[in-house]
Amino acid sequence: MAATGLFLIIFLLVHLTGNLQLLKDDGGEAFNVYAQFMTSNPLIKTTSYLLYATFLVHIIWAVILSVYNRKARPVGYAHNKASSTWSSRNMGILGTIVLIFLIIHLKNFWYEMHWGGIPTVAYEGESYKDLYAVVDKAFAEWWIVALYVVSMIGLMFHLYHGFQSAFQTLGLNHPKYNALIKGVGTAFAVIVPALFAAIPILMFLERS
Amino acid sequence: MKITLKVWRQKNAADKGGFQTYQLDNVSPDMSFLEMFDVLNEELLSKGEDPIHFDHDCREGICGMCSMYINGKPHGPKQTTTCQLHMRSFHDGQTITVEPWRAKAFPVVKDLVVDRTSFDRIIQAGGYVSVNTGGVPDANEIPIPKKVADEAFDSATCIGCGACVAACKNASAMLFVSAKISQLAMLPQGKVERKTRAEQMIAQMDEEGFGACTNTGACSAECPKEIKLENIARMNREFYTAKAKSENV
Repeated sequence: MAATGLFLIIFLLVHLTGNLQLLKDDGGEAFNVYAQFMTSNPLIKTTSYLLYATFLVHIIWAVILSVYNRKARPVGYAHNKASSTWSSRNMGILGTIVLIFLIIHLKNFWYEMHWGGIPTVAYEGESYKDLYAVVDKAFAEWWIVALYVVSMIGLMFHLYHGFQSAFQTLGLNHPKYNALIKGVGTAFAVIVPALFAAIPILMFLERS
Repeated sequence: MKITLKVWRQKNAADKGGFQTYQLDNVSPDMSFLEMFDVLNEELLSKGEDPIHFDHDCREGICGMCSMYINGKPHGPKQTTTCQLHMRSFHDGQTITVEPWRAKAFPVVKDLVVDRTSFDRIIQAGGYVSVNTGGVPDANEIPIPKKVADEAFDSATCIGCGACVAACKNASAMLFVSAKISQLAMLPQGKVERKTRAEQMIAQMDEEGFGACTNTGACSAECPKEIKLENIARMNREFYTAKAKSENV
């Protein structure tokens, strides 16, 4: 969970940098050029297969782990008080929220970009798929925007526990660096999903 | 003080078990939680009923025998052992729920008594140092930095009560095992066998049916001896190193 989780955290950063192109006031040119690059560059393509595998391992391993851990306590407590953070106890639920989001998200954009019929635009004589138009259209619907915001809140709590937990699992726990790991982890968990959620909100507001 | 006790009663391992309620009208706030049970048991005995079975030994907070899950927490609301918990931690008229530790690796023997020999088998798998017989070595012959000695000692204060397993949502024994691995791995005498120790103790831990750690930190928060979460990270390091370079192929 830790190794795949950390790889996915790096992916989030890359993905966010790309998505921020959506907010550029150029009618989507920067974003479309970026999207074309991400789907055609051989190095990125290879990495993307690694990414799909990482997602699958992270999800499958989570299911195996949950079943295994549930088996360790066949009879539960009648009265139980928690002494841990809510997010640390509900990583499975939070992960499921992110997974449901992921499926919808992939269908909306990733599938459309690869196999869907997307209109093309031309910049400086070269033809590009106009993914920006697809995104722009999707984020005109209030419920898609709401879905994105709710999912990002789920991701926020998932990362809040996941980021620091990954370091602990890998054995990286040292009084010298613990405060740093916790600080960076919390900042990452708040800032990154907030920026992701800001994109659909801003695009929605710009239209209306 | 007046107390209503909801206690888990179970005749034997095969019995289904259930809660039974007892009224205590004359509880002193200065009684320990176990003394309160002693008084109740005297009463049950005088009525010819089966007393409530529970584990206890030293009643000084150092043996790790007591094991009650009180009002949703192992050893009750204070971060201490059940024997060191006093009735003044509760208020007059309160209903207190008492359950045994719940884990597949800690089967219920009777009432509140659980079988914790799974911990013993983990220790037998490698939680020791093989020593030379012969003359007694001089004290302080092997220099050990004070900080390291202190940290090893902190880990060694684990009394093996199993509150970590009881508190963990996964019934994981990683805090216990990591404390035992740490106390030995940090000292020169224990370093010789550290790789096989980590491999064998963790293998035994898995065999006993304990869950896996998801780093919730409930174990450390509930540990009466305040064993630190750092131990688990250290155990993970020990495990990875052992798996990579152990003599056991």
